[in-house]
Amino acid sequence: MAARLVFLGRLADVSGPLAVPAGPLAALALPKGVLGPRVRLALNGVLVAAEGLVLADGDELAFLPPVSGG
Amino acid sequence: MEPSVSLVPVPFDPAGAMAQFAATRHQSGGVVSFLGQVRGGEDVEALDLQHYAPLTLPGMRDLAGQALARWPLEGLLMWHRVGTMVPGEPIVLVAAAARHRRDAFQAVDFVMDHLKSDSWFWKREKRGGAWHWIEPRAQDHADHARWNA
Repeated sequence: MAARLVFLGRLADVSGPLAVPAGPLAALALPKGVLGPRVRLALNGVLVAAEGLVLADGDELAFLPPVSGG
Repeated sequence: MEPSVSLVPVPFDPAGAMAQFAATRHQSGGVVSFLGQVRGGEDVEALDLQHYAPLTLPGMRDLAGQALARWPLEGLLMWHRVGTMVPGEPIVLVAAAARHRRDAFQAVDFVMDHLKSDSWFWKREKRGGAWHWIEPRAQDHADHARWNA
């Protein structure tokens, strides 16, 4: 079992979806540039902070860069 | 009254949507609409709008709820394209029906400011055969702030 990372907007150019082991986000070797002050995170569709984040089996964590819609 | 809030993955006809929206609202004194289109010129060949399913449509529905709570509307429509589009094609249609025009104008303005600055879409443009991601404009942040003064 694993958790899934997905990357939206310009971050999709950095990486496609990734399967990662469950556990602390801090323990993962993430692709360069996907975390930062302007990137928001959503765990299973709910906005969360990176600090102290722990992924469980079956979780989906989305990396959301600044939006540009409308 | 149930607002009509949709993500549309194919081209849509804004005139048809507006005719249908207005036709069911004969009681409303005012019907206001905004149509956003893909800008031509500056060598833009295409536009691509990405979204994230767990957030985008729920966020739009929440925004519709905020508009309905804030103004006495008799109808609200928010249709937003996703996927690839070319210059001249509709991107977004927002319409509001109200007894008095001021409420309809403000609701459409409010919804558009929030769709531009606060909703879960990511846009890229194709120029010279290559895709370029668009960064948000400072004006969008200012537009968002004016509703909370």
